[in-house]
Amino acid sequence: MGAILEINGPLVKLELPQTVIGEQVRVGRMGLVGEVIGRDGDTALAQLYEDTAGLRPGEEAEGLGWPLSVELGPGLLGAIFDGVQRPLQAVREQSGDRIARGVAVPSLPRDKAWHFVPDPTRQAGGMLTGGDVLGSVQETESILHRILTPPLIQGELLELAPEGDYTLDEAIGRVKLADGRIEKLHLFHRWPVRTPRPFKQRDHAVAPLITGQRILDTFYPLLKGGKAAIPGPFGAGKTMLQQQIARWCNAEIVIYVGCGERGNELTDVLEFMPELKDPHTGRPLMERTLLVANTSNMPVVAREASIYVGITLAEYFRDQGYDVVMVADSTSRWAEALREVAGRLGQMPVEEGYPAYLGSRLAAFYERAGRVETFAGDHGSVTLIGAVSPPGGDFSEPVTSHTKEIIQTFWALSKELADARHYPAVDWLESFSGYVKSAAKWWAETVDPNWESARAEALDLLAASEELQRIVNLVGVEALSSEQRWTLEAAGLIKEGLLQQSATDDVDSFASPEKQYALLAALLDIYRHGMRLVKLGAPARRLIQLPLLAQARRWKSQHGSDDLAALKAKIAAIPDSFEPLIQEYTVPLSTLREATP
Amino acid sequence: MKNIEFRTATSAQGGLVVMGGVPGVAAGSRVQLRDHAGRIRSGLVIRAADDAVLVEVFEGTDELDLERTWVRFLDEPFKLPVSRDIMGRIFNGSGLPRDGRPPIVSADRRDVNGEPLNPAARAYPREFIQTGISAIDGMNSLTRGQKLPIFSGGGLPHNRVAAQIVRQAKLLGEEAAEFVVVFAAFGASHADARFFQESFEESGVLNKVVMFLNLADEPVIERLLTPRAALTAAEYLAFDLDYHVLVVMTDMTAYAEALREVAVLRGDVPARKGYPGYLYSDLAEIYERAGRIKNRRGSITMIPVLSMPSDDITHPIPDLTGYITEGQIVLGRELANQGVYPPVTVLPSLSRLMKDGVGKNFTREDHPHVASQLFASYAKALEVRGLAAIIGAEELSDADRRTLEFADAFERRFIGQGEDEDRSIHETLNLAWDLLSMLPAESLIRVSEDELAKYHKGAEA
Ligand SMILES: Nc1ncnc2c1ncn2[C@@H]1O[C@H](COP(=O)(O)OP(=O)(O)OP(=O)(O)O)[C@@H](O)[C@H]1O
Ligand SMILES: [Mg+2]
Repeated sequence: MGAILEINGPLVKLELPQTVIGEQVRVGRMGLVGEVIGRDGDTALAQLYEDTAGLRPGEEAEGLGWPLSVELGPGLLGAIFDGVQRPLQAVREQSGDRIARGVAVPSLPRDKAWHFVPDPTRQAGGMLTGGDVLGSVQETESILHRILTPPLIQGELLELAPEGDYTLDEAIGRVKLADGRIEKLHLFHRWPVRTPRPFKQRDHAVAPLITGQRILDTFYPLLKGGKAAIPGPFGAGKTMLQQQIARWCNAEIVIYVGCGERGNELTDVLEFMPELKDPHTGRPLMERTLLVANTSNMPVVAREASIYVGITLAEYFRDQGYDVVMVADSTSRWAEALREVAGRLGQMPVEEGYPAYLGSRLAAFYERAGRVETFAGDHGSVTLIGAVSPPGGDFSEPVTSHTKEIIQTFWALSKELADARHYPAVDWLESFSGYVKSAAKWWAETVDPNWESARAEALDLLAASEELQRIVNLVGVEALSSEQRWTLEAAGLIKEGLLQQSATDDVDSFASPEKQYALLAALLDIYRHGMRLVKLGAPARRLIQLPLLAQARRWKSQHGSDDLAALKAKIAAIPDSFEPLIQEYTVPLSTLREATP
Repeated sequence: MKNIEFRTATSAQGGLVVMGGVPGVAAGSRVQLRDHAGRIRSGLVIRAADDAVLVEVFEGTDELDLERTWVRFLDEPFKLPVSRDIMGRIFNGSGLPRDGRPPIVSADRRDVNGEPLNPAARAYPREFIQTGISAIDGMNSLTRGQKLPIFSGGGLPHNRVAAQIVRQAKLLGEEAAEFVVVFAAFGASHADARFFQESFEESGVLNKVVMFLNLADEPVIERLLTPRAALTAAEYLAFDLDYHVLVVMTDMTAYAEALREVAVLRGDVPARKGYPGYLYSDLAEIYERAGRIKNRRGSITMIPVLSMPSDDITHPIPDLTGYITEGQIVLGRELANQGVYPPVTVLPSLSRLMKDGVGKNFTREDHPHVASQLFASYAKALEVRGLAAIIGAEELSDADRRTLEFADAFERRFIGQGEDEDRSIHETLNLAWDLLSMLPAESLIRVSEDELAKYHKGAEA
C-alpha cells in the first residue's frame, strides 16, 4: 500500500515501491484509477483517468498489478464505452446523467447469459493455441461473435462446455498449460491496450473499402486494412465524412472513437445508428457498431487512452476474421493529450509544445492497422481512418505532417470548398491515395475494365480546369478558346454532378460502385461529345446552353443505387442531346465530295 | 482544517502564493486569504503536496506581505449557492451579489466546475429556434441546446446582434420568448455591461435574467471562474427548474487571455501564441455544458461572443472555439463598413445542427435546399465580383451581371435588416426565393425541380 505525495493536475506523485511503468493504480478515498508513467526510486508518477480535485497528499494509493486492459467478449456490439472502457449506459444507470468519479462498473455485463455453441472440431485432449476459435455466440443477428482462446495461451484442452447459456463469469472450459498450471476459459478475456494483439502473419490488402462516397471510392480509394487520414480545419466535414463511412462502408464491424470531440456528435451516432440499415446486410447498423467516447469535456488522460482502447477492440474482431473499420475523431486531440502530460512531466518540447516522440507514437498506432492471417487461419483486417484537426487549418503543423508520412490515403478537406458548401469538401488536388493500383484491379474485375482510365481522365480534366481558372481570374473568361471554355464547363459538371455528394440527400448519401462508375462514365461521355463538337467548330457558348448540362447535374439525386436502369436510360440518350448540333456542324458528306476535285 | 489560519506563505508572485508545511490539503480546494489590511481574497489550490501548496489568488497578489498573510483552506471546491431567487439578480465573477441586495442563502451549493455530462445521457438538439434574423434562421439556424458563438472583431456590432437574438428568440408556434437568460461578461467594459442591462430592461425580461459580471477593471483571475459560475446557474435553471436557458457570454477572448496569463505564471508549456496546450480542453469544459438531457424538459443554448484578435479566424481563440462549438456566426468588417446590419459574413458562418433542425417537420420542406442554394449562388457571385474588380464590370456577360445584382440584393435585403425587425422563417424563405428568382432557374441545382416550380418566379421555371 502506498500514499499520495503530490497532486498536480491529472498527475499525482505516489510513494509506491515496486510498481512498474504502465501498472494501473487506484488512488485516494474516491478510488480514482490511473496508470504509472514514471518511477524514481520508491516514488512513482501516475496519470489519472479522472479529475483529481479533492485528492489529498497522504491518502492511500495501491498498485493493481496489471496494465490498462480491455475486456473482450460478447456484449461489446452496440455499446458505448468511455476512454478506459467503462460502459457509459451502465455508468448512467449507476451515477445519473453526469459521470461521477470513482464509479466502478465492469466493461461487459455480468448478469447476461449468452448462448454458446462450441466449435465441433474442438475436442478435449486436443491442443489449443492462442487465437483458436473455441466456439461462438450469435451476438447480434448479423454478427457471430467467435469466442477465441486468449492470445499467448498454449496447452491441452481439458474440457469444453456443451452448447448452452453462460454468463461471462462462468467457465466454459479448462486448459492445461505447458507448465502444468490449469487455466479456466471464459466467454471473454482481457488484453492490455498498449500491446498490439498477435497474429500469424501480415497479408496484402486486396479489396477496396467501399464507402459509397464517390470522391473517396472512385478518386482516392482506401483498401480494407489500409490507413487513411482526414485532415481539415474546423467545420470542413471530418466528422460528417467519418460518420458517412461508419454508416455505409462495407466493413463487418465499425468502431467509432470520439476522442476529445463533441458530446452531441456521439449522441447523434447513438440515435441514428439503430435506425439506419446496413446497406450490405439490411440489419440495423448498431448491430455492427461500437462506440468509444471520451468527449472534450471528459478527463484528458482517458482521452489519450481511448484510441488504444478502440484499436484493441478492432484487433479483437479482426482476430475473429472480420473486416473492421475504426474511425478516430480526432487524432489531434489524442496528440494534445500526450502533449499536456509531457508538458507536466517537464519533457523537452520539440515542435509547438509536442514531445519528441509524437511521430513515433503516431506511427506505432497506425501500424496496428492491416490485413492479417489470424491464428485460426482466417483473414481479418483493421482499417484505420483518423481525423486530424490542424490548428488554423495549417497542414504543416506537427500532427498533420507526421500523419501524412505514415498513412497511404490522404483525404484533405479544404476550407474554401466547405465555405462554398461543396461537400464532401475533399480537395481533389491535395488528396492522394497509394492504393489506386490495387483498387483498379478490383474495379476492373467487379465493375468496369475502364475504371482506371476514366478516373485518370476525370482527374486530368480537373487539373486542367484549375489552370484555366487561374487564367480566367486574371483576364476573364473571354480570353479562353472554345476548347478551353468547354474544358472548364465539363470540369464544373464533374464537380457538381459527381464530386459533390450530400450526406443529407437520402437518394445520394450512399452510391454503389456501379452508380459511381455509371455517373463518372456518363459525365465523361458528355465531355467528349462536346469536345468533338468544339473541334468541329461549334462555339462553347452553344454547348453550355444545352439543357443536358443542368439535367446531368441532377442525375445523382434522382436515381439511387437501386434505380440504375433509369439512370442508364438517360445516359444512353446523351448522344441525342448533341444530335442537332452535330447535324449543324458536320459538313454533309456530299458537300465534302463536291469540294474535292 | 476549515477554521485554522496558516501563516506559512513562503513566496507570492503574480497571483500565485506558495504555502509551506500545510499537510493534507485537497487539490482544487478553495482558499481564503486575509492580508495585513484585513482584506479577504479568495483563491484555489492548484498543486498540493505536504511540503508546499500552490495557491492561485483571484484578486492577485499585489501588496501581499507574506509575514502578515493568513490563509484558510476551506476544504471544498468553489461553490455557487442556487435557488429560485437568483433570477433577476446581478453577481460578480465569483458569484457574490453586486446589486446591493443580500447574498443568496441556500443549502443547495454547487461545485462551479460541474461534472461532465455522460454522452449517453444527452438528447440531440433538434428544435429550431427562430431568431428573426434571416442570415441566421435561413442559412445558419440555431437549435435548442446548441452552442453557437458569434465571431466578431473590435468595433463590430456583436453586442447588438446578441441582444437582438435574446429579444427575438422563440420556438416556432410560440408567441413570446419563453427563455430565461443567463448573461456572463468577463473583461467587458462598463458601457457594454450597461448596454445589455438596458436592452434586457427595454424588452422587459430583466426579471428573467441572471447576470455575472467581471468587468474590464476587475481581477483577471476571477475571469476563470465567471463562466463556470454562470453555467452552474444555467444548469440549475435548465435541469432542476425545467427552463429553457439562453446563455450569452462575452468576451471569450478576455477569458482565454486570462487563462494564458495564469498559465505563464504557472510555467506551463505554451502551445500556440503563448496559449497553453490545454486551452482546448479548458474551453471545451465550458462550451460542452450546453445541451439537452434525455427526459429533462429544460435546455441550455449558448451564444458565446468572442472578438477575433486582428480579425484573424485562425487565431487560437476562434480556432479552438470553432473546433468545439456547433458552428459559428461570423461578423465581417466589409459588410459593416457598407452599412449592412447585422454584418453576418455567411460563407465562413455555419450551423452544424441546422441539418437536423430544419426542413419538412421543423420549418418548411424547401428550407435545407434553399439554404444550400443561397450558399452556392452567393459563393459563385462573390467569384464574379472578384472577376469584375479585375476586368471591369462592362466586360461581364449578361449572366454574370445578373449574378452581381443578386449578390448586391442578397447583402442588402437578405443579410441586412433592421435591429428591431423580427422576420418569421416564412418571411425569410420567401425573401430568399425573391432573390433566387433573380437567377435563371436552370442554374439553381441545389433546389429540387418541384421547388423551382413552386417558388421560383422566373419565366423559365
Ligand atoms: N458530406 C457532407 N454532406 C452534407 N453536409 C456536410 C458534409 N460534410 C460536412 N457537412 C456540413 O458541414 C458541417 C460541419 O461538418 P463536420 O462537423 O463534419 O466538420 P468537422 O471537420 O468535423 O469540424 P470539427 O473539426 O470542428 O469537428 C456539418 O454540420 C454539415 O452541415
Ligand atoms: Mg468534427
